[in-house]
Amino acid sequence: MTAPDTHDTEPTAAASEWEPVIGLEVHVQLATKSKAFSASAVEFGAPPNSLTDPTVLGLPGTLPVFNRAALELALKLGVATESKIRARSRFARKHYFYPDLPKGYQISQYDEPLCEDGHLDLILGGELRRVKLQRIHLEEDAGKNMHVGAVSHVDLNRAGVPLCEVVTAPELRSAEEAAEFMRALHRLVRWLDISEADMEKGQMRCDANVSVRRVGEDRLGTRTELKNINSFRFVQNAVEHEIARQIRILDGGGRIEQETRLWDAVAGTSATMRTKEEANDYRYFPDPDLPPMVVDGNMMGSILRSLPELPAARFTRYVREHGLSPDDARTIISDRPLAEYFEAVVKAHPGDRSGRMIANWMLTELLGALNADGKDIGESPVAPATLSELIRMVEDGTISGKIGKEVFEETFKTGEAPKAIVERRGVQQISDEAALWEIVDKVVGANPKQAEAYAAGKDGLFGFFVGQVMKATQGRANPVITSDLLHKRLGR
Amino acid sequence: MPILPRKEVEEIALLARLHLEPDEIEKMRVELGAILDHFTALAAVDTDVAPMTHAVPLELRLRPDVPEPSLPAEEAVRAAPAKEGQFFVVPAILPGDS
Amino acid sequence: MTEWLTATETARRIAAGELTAVKAVDAYLARIAKHDGELGAYLAVDAEGARAQAASIDAARAASAPLGPLAGVPIALKDVLVTRGLATTAASQILGGWIPPYDGTAVQKLRNAGAVILGKLNCDEFAMGSSTENSAYKKTKNPWDGSRVPGGSSGGSSSAVAAALCSASLGTDTGGSIRQPAAFCGCVGIKPTYGRVSRWGVVAFASSLDQVGPLARSVADAALLLEVICGFDPHDSTSLDEPVPDFRKALTGDIAGLRVGIPAEYFAGAIDDEVRSAVQRAAAILQEKGAELVDISLPHTELALPAYYVVAPAEASSNLARYDGIRFGKAAEGARDLLDLYQRSRGQGFGPEVKRRIMVGTYALRSGYYDAYYKKAQQIRALIKRDFDKAWQHVDVVLTPTTPTAAFRFGSKSSPVDMYLADVFTLSCNLAGLPGISVPCGFTTDGLPIGAQLLGKPLDEATLLRTAHVIESAVGLADRRPKGLA
Repeated sequence: MTAPDTHDTEPTAAASEWEPVIGLEVHVQLATKSKAFSASAVEFGAPPNSLTDPTVLGLPGTLPVFNRAALELALKLGVATESKIRARSRFARKHYFYPDLPKGYQISQYDEPLCEDGHLDLILGGELRRVKLQRIHLEEDAGKNMHVGAVSHVDLNRAGVPLCEVVTAPELRSAEEAAEFMRALHRLVRWLDISEADMEKGQMRCDANVSVRRVGEDRLGTRTELKNINSFRFVQNAVEHEIARQIRILDGGGRIEQETRLWDAVAGTSATMRTKEEANDYRYFPDPDLPPMVVDGNMMGSILRSLPELPAARFTRYVREHGLSPDDARTIISDRPLAEYFEAVVKAHPGDRSGRMIANWMLTELLGALNADGKDIGESPVAPATLSELIRMVEDGTISGKIGKEVFEETFKTGEAPKAIVERRGVQQISDEAALWEIVDKVVGANPKQAEAYAAGKDGLFGFFVGQVMKATQGRANPVITSDLLHKRLGR
Repeated sequence: MPILPRKEVEEIALLARLHLEPDEIEKMRVELGAILDHFTALAAVDTDVAPMTHAVPLELRLRPDVPEPSLPAEEAVRAAPAKEGQFFVVPAILPGDS
Repeated sequence: MTEWLTATETARRIAAGELTAVKAVDAYLARIAKHDGELGAYLAVDAEGARAQAASIDAARAASAPLGPLAGVPIALKDVLVTRGLATTAASQILGGWIPPYDGTAVQKLRNAGAVILGKLNCDEFAMGSSTENSAYKKTKNPWDGSRVPGGSSGGSSSAVAAALCSASLGTDTGGSIRQPAAFCGCVGIKPTYGRVSRWGVVAFASSLDQVGPLARSVADAALLLEVICGFDPHDSTSLDEPVPDFRKALTGDIAGLRVGIPAEYFAGAIDDEVRSAVQRAAAILQEKGAELVDISLPHTELALPAYYVVAPAEASSNLARYDGIRFGKAAEGARDLLDLYQRSRGQGFGPEVKRRIMVGTYALRSGYYDAYYKKAQQIRALIKRDFDKAWQHVDVVLTPTTPTAAFRFGSKSSPVDMYLADVFTLSCNLAGLPGISVPCGFTTDGLPIGAQLLGKPLDEATLLRTAHVIESAVGLADRRPKGLA
């Protein structure tokens, strides 16, 4: 193994005349109940080799039969990325010898993949950036090898699980974009129930192809392949590190070796994978056990009809029509149930100008309370209509924002309707100027020393007076009017 | 009749994970050469007909996504020459692979 | 003697109560014990299992339970057919001792029909060969002449059937491996249209060519067995969803107006004179019975050999990649590392012919070679099929010799290529996916069987069987027995 590349100071791409060119190959595990080519169940964390059958084991005489749901999920992804869908595509055998690959070949797609030339929209700097996809194809996963001292243990539970391989065009321009791509793909496949895409469970994995070239150059530089990247953060770190490594070599007059490098997240470096004897000659040929896969109009029609509004489109709509900040919009669409909750609140709400406020309440109060309770949005004890009711009361001045937060906590805990809580506790906001003037007058009159000090220039005391008014009104005084009146009474 | 270069035979044997003794390699050079010589007839055929896939045209049949019981793990590893508990065992994969 | 009864007759007698299944099985077991030491057809005999199966058939009959069409008929299986609980070796060391946990579909269908499985038959290793000399375990002799091969790769099947060591058998045919041994041993062998019989549970050699089929002592037996094993199987994505005709009903004896194609390319070249005359006599028989002989040309015939010897080894090299000694089969001892484990398990476990074909196949699939070899060969297949498609406009069946010569002597093929040349007449059938049958049509003066081959339209096994049946009835060779084995 060559020495890992470790440097403390890493030149940034921006500082030199080099630009990075990045392409990603992402494997997404499809959310089917059974495997791609046989009916063994798909489950995470099952006891070793408990999810196999003769076909998974590659026993002599076994044959593959393809899972309809895997095709449907792949088609969904193809349609959602506006890919060209091949009406007739083929499976191909990809040959290599490895213990986690029982047949000595992987059933994949080569010449005639299911989808080509699609795109995925990333949210970058509050805007959408479109990244071209070269292809999306179907294949089966391999099992797992685990080193145990002098031997390796092989578990084939994962062997045969259906995957989509998503390959981008080499047009990601930074490590940040690469990480964003992963997030966007993660969001999309979860949005469409194509995959759980939990990177920790290995349900979404990526390899990065990284090269650099001089700014303005058309040709691509020599690229290296980075493997063993299993989180969004690692994508960014690993790609950044590789870009810097390549720039350092090229700046020093060296050449980039075309190689595969393994990312070591602990060390924060990559190292050359020991390249064994041969370059990989996969000897692809169409799998004779599997006739051409035909996608007909009926299937396409049903997929198209089943597609909901996609996250990117929703992002745009939230920003443009509901006035959400790009950050808030992005957070809401990061999780489809969250987005659907937002839609439900919006629907229950009168008018269409309250988007920002609704987003704010959801992201701060609601998510805060849910997180504290270890619940997700699907388990929210506060229904969208209820939240809408509460927000309405704040919007129309019935209660102050501060009181609103208290009412929210109570409705979250007890389920009592916000209106009822407000009634019962008598915490309606006091906005009557005359009534408030009386109180303000009383408060200032009762604190002459502080009034004098404030008049003399001690600004900090304003808060004291506000506090006194709040105390006198059990927090119900309308803060804006209170502030106004206090300024008047105090003289400044 | 052309004899294949030794290096080529060794490369193919490696791709196919076949250990060949030196005398096997020598024999293979001759035998493969003779067999491959017959393939030259193929090159002479100039055709743009679509490659045949099946005698009676077939389309891929799709299976419903219904899981069926798996083999018990003991059964899955039963025939393995080397096993430990419920795992298949192989010699250490060289470091550097993943 | 019971053993020489046809399968059809055996089934009839058992169903009628004239013969017990146990008696039939015991007769065959005794005969195997007496003769198979010499013939070497069997790799494994499952006496206990067979007797138990037979006993349960007899019990069913006694209880007036419904019996399947093969109830009590003792059948043996080429050892590339996967059998639950019964060792399956594909005649290779690398699968030594493998006990499968499942039954292949064709085997399951036989069992469902009440057949009794006697055991597993010898063959060329992984079905690769034309003489059964490539078996890693033993030599099988031709019952008609012990110095000669029984043919291959289903040589154990043809030998056992010809010597009445079983009532009938199943073999597999990738480039002629049912038909050629049937011709060499004087029995009937049929390869159905590709996709008619499920390949689930067939140790794969060349996926786009392999088919299972019966070898039997009569056309009627072949029809019966074929009917039982044909049919759509959801386990096999290349299985045809087509109704299975009653093949036995096809044996009407009536071929008036049948158009029989005589392809020039199959009668040119080096064919044994006696073979040529015997097949010409078969043609004359058909003509006498009312068929019309039509001269045809299948111009791409000579490309069948190179095309086959690209496609079959390429697919084989892929199908045999799973044999690595990790999950099943034999592993090399004391492997230094993973690479060593792979290389030596496979290097030691595979015989020379298998290794040769893996090498050829690996070569042909290498990047840069795919277009010139595999893809080109697949195109040639289309051309060969097209030749037949054109022929079907003028003829209903095609008649050829099954093989250029009768059974050859052990060790007489001096090189692999020589051996491959023996397959010339049978290959096109597999490449085009058509059904083909070999039926005995004569003997050489040396007493060796000669087979006539009939090739048919896709799904038209019925016409093949009908035509073969006419030849069989006319030549009247059914009662001829190998010397010393009567």
